[in-house]
Amino acid sequence: MADLKLSVDTSTDAERAVVDAVIAPADHAVVYETERVVRGGTERRRERRHLLLPGLHALQAEAGWISPGGLNYLCGALQVPPAEGFGVATFYELFRTTDPAHGQSVHHVCMDTSCHIAGAEALARSLEAEGERVHRGPCIGQCERAPAQFIQGRAEPDRVPADAASIADPTSYRLPQHGSSKLRLLHRVGVVDPTSLQSYHDHGGYAMLRYAIEIGSDAVIDEVKSAELLGRGGAAFPTAVKWRAVADERGRPKHVIANADESEPGTFKDRIVMENDPFALIESLTIAGLTVGADNGWIYIRGEYPLATTRLRNAIEQCRIAGLLGDNVMDSGARFDIELRRGAGAYICGEETALMESIEGYRGEPRNKPPFPTTYGLFGEPTAVNNPETLLNVLDLLEVGGDHYRTLGSERSSGHRLFCLSGHVRVPGLYEVPFGIALGDLIDLAGGSTGMTRAVLLGGAAGVFVGPDQLDLELSLEAVRDAGATLGSGVITLFDDTVDFTALVLRIAEFFKNESCGQCVPCRVGVTRQHEVLVEMAANGALSDERNTLIDDMATVMRDASICGLGHTASGAVQSAIRLGLVGDRP
Amino acid sequence: MTTIESDTHAEGESAVESVTVRINNNDVSVARGATILDACTASGIDTPTICYAENLTPVNVCRVCVVEVTGNRTLVPSCSRLAEAGMEIQTDSDRVRHSRKMVLEFLGSSVDLSQAPEINQYSVRYEADVTRYVDDREVIEEPIRIQDELYIRDYDKCVLCYKCVEACGDDAQHTFAIAVAGRGFDNRVSTEFDVVLPDSACVYCGNCVAVCPTNALQFKSEFDLRRSESWREEEQTVTTTVCSYCGVGCNLELHVQDNEIVKVTSPVDHSVTHGNLCIKGRFGYQYVGN
Repeated sequence: MADLKLSVDTSTDAERAVVDAVIAPADHAVVYETERVVRGGTERRRERRHLLLPGLHALQAEAGWISPGGLNYLCGALQVPPAEGFGVATFYELFRTTDPAHGQSVHHVCMDTSCHIAGAEALARSLEAEGERVHRGPCIGQCERAPAQFIQGRAEPDRVPADAASIADPTSYRLPQHGSSKLRLLHRVGVVDPTSLQSYHDHGGYAMLRYAIEIGSDAVIDEVKSAELLGRGGAAFPTAVKWRAVADERGRPKHVIANADESEPGTFKDRIVMENDPFALIESLTIAGLTVGADNGWIYIRGEYPLATTRLRNAIEQCRIAGLLGDNVMDSGARFDIELRRGAGAYICGEETALMESIEGYRGEPRNKPPFPTTYGLFGEPTAVNNPETLLNVLDLLEVGGDHYRTLGSERSSGHRLFCLSGHVRVPGLYEVPFGIALGDLIDLAGGSTGMTRAVLLGGAAGVFVGPDQLDLELSLEAVRDAGATLGSGVITLFDDTVDFTALVLRIAEFFKNESCGQCVPCRVGVTRQHEVLVEMAANGALSDERNTLIDDMATVMRDASICGLGHTASGAVQSAIRLGLVGDRP
Repeated sequence: MTTIESDTHAEGESAVESVTVRINNNDVSVARGATILDACTASGIDTPTICYAENLTPVNVCRVCVVEVTGNRTLVPSCSRLAEAGMEIQTDSDRVRHSRKMVLEFLGSSVDLSQAPEINQYSVRYEADVTRYVDDREVIEEPIRIQDELYIRDYDKCVLCYKCVEACGDDAQHTFAIAVAGRGFDNRVSTEFDVVLPDSACVYCGNCVAVCPTNALQFKSEFDLRRSESWREEEQTVTTTVCSYCGVGCNLELHVQDNEIVKVTSPVDHSVTHGNLCIKGRFGYQYVGN
């Protein structure tokens, strides 16, 4: 595609420099060595397309937007048609394609669930009053310290003000359960120095990789199987089945991906682990890679996690130097390395096929399944995508053995589970408990509620509200499913009776309206119309029978006919709020 | 039992393997590699489609062709899902009818379908009622883009079926002048930074116009006639001929009204063009009247 047509807009020196840092001129998809000798072609273009997202990040950070000239240079370097590059750039919340006409950093203030009730709007206004640039946006994964903000830097790195303490003293983070001997997944958090491989070694790090190499791939999968480990990202798929399927693929490059794009409102578990125990994710992803026979590991981390990104990048570097990543991992003879990729603000990219599209340099639009990622994943190659918490559990089950691990937890849900408690709870934060604990007991562990609990949101925006009569609900996959609810990514958000549920539910509907990728009709229009009905309800103070029927009809088509889980779950919270009488007093 | 051949098999391959599925309690056999939609068509079932076209790779985004397959939690798009032996398929269950009706209501409540007769027929069939949505609702409102004398873009009519993007991209033209930009309800088919078509990579093959199901993309000739209320499709004749510009042998269908060529298309099932043309065959017909 040497005949790529670019507009006449030219890039600045600075824009070219940051793109060249992502892809050196000598490595462009087409290189003119002399007038006659040209290197490049379809293959080189295909191999480099995945650099589009990092390139867009670089341009955005440099200029504060993706300018026509900057996009031209990047698209020329990668030989991506500029219309497609523009399509990708406009897909993400953190990229702008209009000139902001200012040089200031942008404060992204979370407006969702926990932050919504903790004064997010007041924070946004006070920042504006101070002359700051504010963008009101979706959850940024700091629900335990709501209201939260993330600063997208101009002439300064991206940062989160609340991270300052941890940056100053990397071991200063304190879990509510700090020091508890019952912690199996979080025992190193706040204890190990997350910036030091040596410290990780001192706290038992890399013993499980050594063990996994020793017993071999099949034995590792057998342990995962006997542990009955289920995925922690929300779908609860058996990890052993996924790993076996990828391991059995032969003769093609393979991939393992840690899906660290946690964006479900109310979720912050992976952030805390990655910030405070990053080597654990590297080690467990390495075990996954060696086990399924993948050379390539990827961590796709959401763009609003600057500290976790820094810590992981540092950890990967140290592991490469120490021979724990690279051509001969821990002298096993196996090759495995990890690429860290930053998302750019898109909830949908937590959906595994959208995530892969995003890495590949396309719009984060989910694929239709089948085929499944285990056969047709990243770049069309076999891929195992796992949640970081799932991977963390692999370290635990290898240490104690699958059979023993299986005895932890409830009858059908094995092991420990991380829960993100926030909202009207006395000690919000990340909690680790065995599956099967009662909802009320977990809330008690967090110091109890701060008011008269009116509703608990289980599973985040994609979850459902349950009433205070459900406090004895057993938090296991089976019991929660039977109750018509979901654990999702382990979100538990408490709301007391002072909450304006109409405003809250309206915000949840707005979240889906903003986050739908818009690819399929049921979800693109459904989340929009659902939001409009709720806006009308908020104005009328009530929901007519016709409107209630419409909400149910829309929920049904979104659940039945949407391509992916976003559409399937986009009305769960709304419908449960109506059912519980939290909103829409029927006239 | 009806049997159709799948085009996914190489020509000349003998003994095409077949699979048998059960559709609405009747067995039907199709070649391995055929889709559920193929199997429905073979059984004489008329399945509504919008984003599907036989000359494009299925993108399965409109979801109007969904069917119920036993054992699947959600409905599945018949246009892209391959028929598997033993599948139990329902094409007219309450769930299927509901989803189809809602998809049609959603589109009807968002865009101008006045020039999409096929979709309107489906809406009647599935009793889609767009009047039940909030009056003050978001709809697609875009200025009509008239940037040259060859074709116009009226995105108020766009259902985002991706057909034009595919035709411009690697399903036909490999020009990549347009892509979907934005997110969610704000998605629009666009050139980079919405630059005018003459400044974009567009080569004016018109293959995007040919696949558009709603007339969001229209030949300027048709647009002008419609605007002056003199577009009379029922009076038009269609003459098939072979393009005289080069030796490829593309079939042309000349749509003629009042002895003037008003539109040029090519048959989708033509072995040379698969419905596609280049700028000369599509737009270079003025000499005929000279």
